[in-house]
Amino acid sequence: MGYVAVRGGAAAIENAAQFSLVRRAGGDSNLLEPAQIRDQLHFAVDRVMGEGSLYAPDLAALAFKQAAGDTLEAAFILRAYRTTLPRLGYAEPIATDAMRLIRRISAAFKDIPGGQLLGPTSDYTLRLLNFDLQAESSARTREAVAQLFKDTAPLAPLPERFPKVVEMLRREGLLAPRPASSGKEEPLVDITRQALTFPAARSAQLQSLARGETGGMLALAYSNMRGYGSVHPVIGELRVGYLPVPYKNPVSGVVETIGEILVTEAEVISRIADDGGPAVFSLGYGLCFGHNETKAIAMAVLDRAIAATEPAAPSEDQEFVLTHVDGIESMGFCNHYKLPHYVTFQSELDRLRNIQAEETSARDPLS
Amino acid sequence: MKPVLQVCHLTKRYGPGCPACLDLTGAVRGVNQCPRCRSVLACREVSFDLYPNEVLGIVGESGSGKSTVVRLLHFDFEPTGGRFHLNLNGNPIPGGELQIDPAQNLFALSAFHRRRIRNERMGIVYQNARMGLRLKVSAGGNIAERLLMAGWRHVGKMQRRAANLLAQTEVPVARMNEPPRNFSGGMQQRVQIAKALATRPALLLLDEVTTGLDVSVQARVLDLIRSLQQELGVATIVVSHDLGVIRLLTSRTLVMRFGTIVESGLSDQILEDPQHPYTQLLVNSAL
Amino acid sequence: MTLSVPLEPMPPTADWRDRLPTEGDRYAYGFLDEGAKREIRRKLLKAVAIPGCQVAFGSREMPIARGWGTGGLQLTLALIGPQDVLKVIDQGADDSVNAVNIKRFVKRVTDAALTTDTAAATLIQTRHRIPEEPLRPHQVLVFQVPIPEPLRLVEPSERTTRRMHAEADYSRMWLYLYEDIVKFKAITVGARYPVMVNRRHLMDPSPIPRWDVPKLNRGEALLLFCAGREKRIYAVPPHTRVEPLAFEDFAFRVEAFDDRRCERCGATTTFLDEVVDDKTGRRVYSCSDTAFCDKIRRRGDRETPSPEEKRG
Repeated sequence: MGYVAVRGGAAAIENAAQFSLVRRAGGDSNLLEPAQIRDQLHFAVDRVMGEGSLYAPDLAALAFKQAAGDTLEAAFILRAYRTTLPRLGYAEPIATDAMRLIRRISAAFKDIPGGQLLGPTSDYTLRLLNFDLQAESSARTREAVAQLFKDTAPLAPLPERFPKVVEMLRREGLLAPRPASSGKEEPLVDITRQALTFPAARSAQLQSLARGETGGMLALAYSNMRGYGSVHPVIGELRVGYLPVPYKNPVSGVVETIGEILVTEAEVISRIADDGGPAVFSLGYGLCFGHNETKAIAMAVLDRAIAATEPAAPSEDQEFVLTHVDGIESMGFCNHYKLPHYVTFQSELDRLRNIQAEETSARDPLS
Repeated sequence: MKPVLQVCHLTKRYGPGCPACLDLTGAVRGVNQCPRCRSVLACREVSFDLYPNEVLGIVGESGSGKSTVVRLLHFDFEPTGGRFHLNLNGNPIPGGELQIDPAQNLFALSAFHRRRIRNERMGIVYQNARMGLRLKVSAGGNIAERLLMAGWRHVGKMQRRAANLLAQTEVPVARMNEPPRNFSGGMQQRVQIAKALATRPALLLLDEVTTGLDVSVQARVLDLIRSLQQELGVATIVVSHDLGVIRLLTSRTLVMRFGTIVESGLSDQILEDPQHPYTQLLVNSAL
Repeated sequence: MTLSVPLEPMPPTADWRDRLPTEGDRYAYGFLDEGAKREIRRKLLKAVAIPGCQVAFGSREMPIARGWGTGGLQLTLALIGPQDVLKVIDQGADDSVNAVNIKRFVKRVTDAALTTDTAAATLIQTRHRIPEEPLRPHQVLVFQVPIPEPLRLVEPSERTTRRMHAEADYSRMWLYLYEDIVKFKAITVGARYPVMVNRRHLMDPSPIPRWDVPKLNRGEALLLFCAGREKRIYAVPPHTRVEPLAFEDFAFRVEAFDDRRCERCGATTTFLDEVVDDKTGRRVYSCSDTAFCDKIRRRGDRETPSPEEKRG
């Protein structure tokens, strides 16, 4: 499929690409190394991995460099890379209480078994523009970072497992019980191999949200929190940490850990479930690659919202939410309107001119 | 005898309007829409009275303006012009704190006052239960909403009143705490009637209440309305395109066409001996 | 502990970066510019004149995130002066990370004194609690408000809720509570319990527990509420009637602590936090108002505060 909008289309495209190159790399500043992006713009990298749906920090950093900072574009590049990779197999399910934590908080209780661990968060910083960063000294920053750990007395080692806050609630019977398995296992859906149909299976739903675009999901979740919906969330637990990836060796049959991935997990407790059964809290679940708390929380809120049997707002409509959260699809379609549409437009012009002509003749006095 | 309700030159226009609108629309012209400015006159300069205890019918086809009249009286939307007066001083009104001045054009009152009058002196039943009820709120809650608006603050008392009204309208009281969306069409209409009567209104408006129901269900609802009306003596306006309903319920009738009243008189006379050619057409084409 | 960024010595060639202001001369006293302060103060006057009525204002963006207290912070910064003594609490605690962060900021942009003692404060900024010690006429309590609209529970549209307030049309809220009673035999609203102010305006008291709602009624101090993200200010002046919505046969109920007491100070009349002990797994209770708890402990093994403590 090719089109020629104007004469010389190929040359124009070529020039456009070169113009982009000049914009990205034609300035005086030093060219970025992907490693710098991976280390120092790690939130961007995590976002690109999550939306690109591929856990590969170095590739995500490279894509981000290539896209000159456009996260949608970078996620798109990662997806395009992912799409033709051979599918070797699926990992075993991972219990997330095995997470090697770097951050763990709960808003539901003042203190929790294992403690509230703030971890690396900017939540309590003041967002005053820091002009000192303009002249940050590489050598001296590194030295300061090294000094941080130098004289610190070793603490007691962190426990291997931190109990889940929601388990406490479940034991007390305050949380809606896990739906009993009907004996017939719901097949795991892989939405990269099958189109989404509605009502969507839970695995399809979680997959769609996990790879959703952060801003879009945030807007939908925000609308629900503000009143166009009824979730009233409380964060039962938010965790950021490394999960070991267990994989069954196809030759030996032994399950081995092949690596670890950084993820963010949010469990959101929502007010009394209102579906006629006993009064309990209900749970919304969010998980995404990398450190992306906004997305994990939004995902948990949406997960709960779209469980509504009678959606009263767009954020409660499973089809509406799952169809519109994919960044690659939405960005692509939004931008596709830049493609020539002059044939269809010509058709519209013709109709409008026709109608106007009829109206003018109708306004002539008939007596 | 003084009328309880007076309506003068009630008009509702959709569109910009022009000096020729009135002349170029109406029953004589046979159109609702002004050919000059394309505005639609849903009702044109409609005037009538309603007397105590009376049941007045308004009959006409779709587009006649009959529903528009009743919804304007219920303050569902604003008129383009006209006056609306209620004179309830002759009637004994229980707990009558809300005084209405008969000389006051009610359309000129603030939204706050109109809402109070609507809640405490009027009741309406719509053709579609969705318009008159909150389908997800319990049947009792629907009734309680009007009591709450009138200042009731005792749950037990509200539940008793709701139960009474539901019993009167033959809705099983055991279903009082269920939302009406689970009810049959006929039962939903009966809940609407109970809700309409909650605050002991002086004026009852029935807008095509049996249209769309099965014939046997219709009969039951109409019977209920008739017996309630006889018992309570509330001044009532019945809007319908069905002459059978008019015959059964009303003592006097207005016939409307293209937003205008073309004939008015005693229901019996209109149905036996219609004068206006349009009324004749209506009566003759009834099955 | 802030890790300040080590600097390279400035290069000799002058460029645009040399002309950027230092933080000292970039911001006015209290961070907000004078125009912002003026607007906030005028809107506060209007709010005080119409108790419980939400007044819209041009809420500024702040260096802390929306949802984290930008409303409360704007009021504090518009009101605070060198003579003020500021206390900041979050869920009742002075040392919660958010309260600490806010205090740090105020310290940076003003020269007001800070305190944890409720009695010593002239200005108290709070998130979701009212201090246990009764406040006095010269004190101002600033509430951080996430959702200023009490009708949001029944109506998502701002346009509609504005009309409802203008016409005192609160029947849908009453209906919500009625349906609660029909379904659950009790009102299930927890925090953010709707209250009627001065018998005219329905107000959201912010997510304080029901325990604190009675403290709003006919108090001696000025109560100011601000939602930064939603851009609304409202107020309850002293001696104003503030009544939680209730039915004649279903009274307003505060949270029940039965016969529990604070593990730290023994108090039985304060709002208690529930914590699960790390080691034993046992459920433990302690005063949410940590400063008050400390006061009781300093006085010795006393279960209830002395009259002097209550008066401050």
